Amino acid sequence: MIQVTHLTKMYGPRMAVNDLNFEVNEGEIVGFLGPNGAGKSTTMKILTGFMPATQGNAVIAGYDVFENPVEVKRNVGYLPENPPVYPEMQVCDYLEFAAKLRQVPKSAVQASVRNIIEKTGLGDVQKRLIGNLSKGFRQRVGLAQALVHNPKVLILDEPTVGLDPKQIIEIRELIKSLGRDHTVILSSHILPEVTATCQRIIVINKGLIVAEDTLDRLTTRLNKGLIYNLVVKNPATEGIEALRKIQGVRSLTQAGSKLVVEMAPGLQESRDKVIETAVQKNMGVLEFSAERVSLEEIFLQLTTVEEAMGENV
Amino acid sequence: MKNVFTIARRDFRAYFTSPIAYIVIAGFLAIMGWMFFFNLSHFNLQNAQYQQFNMGKGISITEGIIRPLYGNMNVIFLFMVPFITMRLFAEEKKLHSIELLMTSPVTLTEIILGKFFSSLALVLVMLAFTTVYPIVLFITGNPELGPIVTSYIGTILLASCYLSLGLLFSAMTENQIVAGALTFATGLFFWLISWATQTVGPVWSDILTHLSLISHYNNFGQGIINSSDTFYYLSFIALGLFLTHRVLDSFRWR
Repeated sequence: MIQVTHLTKMYGPRMAVNDLNFEVNEGEIVGFLGPNGAGKSTTMKILTGFMPATQGNAVIAGYDVFENPVEVKRNVGYLPENPPVYPEMQVCDYLEFAAKLRQVPKSAVQASVRNIIEKTGLGDVQKRLIGNLSKGFRQRVGLAQALVHNPKVLILDEPTVGLDPKQIIEIRELIKSLGRDHTVILSSHILPEVTATCQRIIVINKGLIVAEDTLDRLTTRLNKGLIYNLVVKNPATEGIEALRKIQGVRSLTQAGSKLVVEMAPGLQESRDKVIETAVQKNMGVLEFSAERVSLEEIFLQLTTVEEAMGENV
Repeated sequence: MKNVFTIARRDFRAYFTSPIAYIVIAGFLAIMGWMFFFNLSHFNLQNAQYQQFNMGKGISITEGIIRPLYGNMNVIFLFMVPFITMRLFAEEKKLHSIELLMTSPVTLTEIILGKFFSSLALVLVMLAFTTVYPIVLFITGNPELGPIVTSYIGTILLASCYLSLGLLFSAMTENQIVAGALTFATGLFFWLISWATQTVGPVWSDILTHLSLISHYNNFGQGIINSSDTFYYLSFIALGLFLTHRVLDSFRWR
């Protein structure tokens, strides 16, 4: 649905996006992850035809962004960083304007506005001026304008910024449900957001793609050890020594009755062995749980590794 | 064309959902009302004097009221148009709402024309209110219709020139005050440019007269539609809109 090849954008001498290559398939939800100023918004602005790239190509729904911008824009819904709303307009008037601008046929305008108001939960505020709405509602109005023409591709720049936790969950659910009939790219510098909604993650830093994969595979690829928490009734030295000897256990630290076990990835049997041993040694297992490596760690590692490499060059 | 209308309609309504339209229209009509009153009483005084001293026929309504009234109206527009146009692009940029327009399946030309026609529509509303002055004159006297009609045509063209200038400066900045000030200064410059005609020698005098916005209005005020005046105004408008297009497009490439 989206093919990006050798995309480069320079702001004067400053390189904002550097030779980006990626592809997004139909129905996929892809997360763009990166610190502030990594080039996420720039890439999105290029994809939506808001600004042209310095070099490279982007094809959306079969149309080239540079050669056929109007056709691309017809198929794309875009929520910029700041919702592009007019404060002096009523919500429903604004969405009607957005629908007409997005070439929704005249007869379908009212229906699609009503539909999107319902979908984004704007029913209670539809007659209010956008300027008087809270940030969260304004964000929803922004999301509604991106969806009003039912586009094939949705490009959302930090869609949950400024929302309260309940709204965040609602919007995430909404985005997930959209993934069924739409192709979605969303950007974020908040990591759990991407984990919660996206099937695939593109990590980008300083205009370069640092990693691109599913969350699980990113974790393994980094060869980070898997961490397990083992809580026992009887942390006897004998038992702990036995656990340490199991193949695949990289380290074991004890904090009272809690044992933190780090194991090399991909060794299913040694995990079973840990539990077996603990039971055999009568340690009295109370809890055994896997600690998921957070995306924060991956992210930090990826971006810092990148920097270290840069320094070497 | 449908897109132009959609955009023009929204911007035209935005004038009326903010105080701008009311302030501009009220200010404009208050000044115009005063001008009309002044011109009318001055005209009456003059004609009374003509009759008293038996100096002949006196001056016509066209010369005594219509010409000065619509001539002054053009000056008022010079002051008013910056307030009408300054927000058109500057505010959109500041509020980021321009991203909605720029990522919708409409062309830049359609956006610019939409904005232009919305501001022109407001000018037409202002002008519609001023038709009350000729109506009063028709009820109480018998002015010539021709010069009134051409005055309106000339005023619409001249005001459109200011509008396209205002649109251009509004596209250049996201600061409305900068846009307004530049519009006013440049508009005033194109107006005053003819003042130097007596001192700069014959060749430059011709050039400056041709460039001056106001000197092309004189014929309209006298009831004459001259194709060179019309062409000058239309090309001024087209150039302003074209430059607006270039400015907005170049911002995308930076």
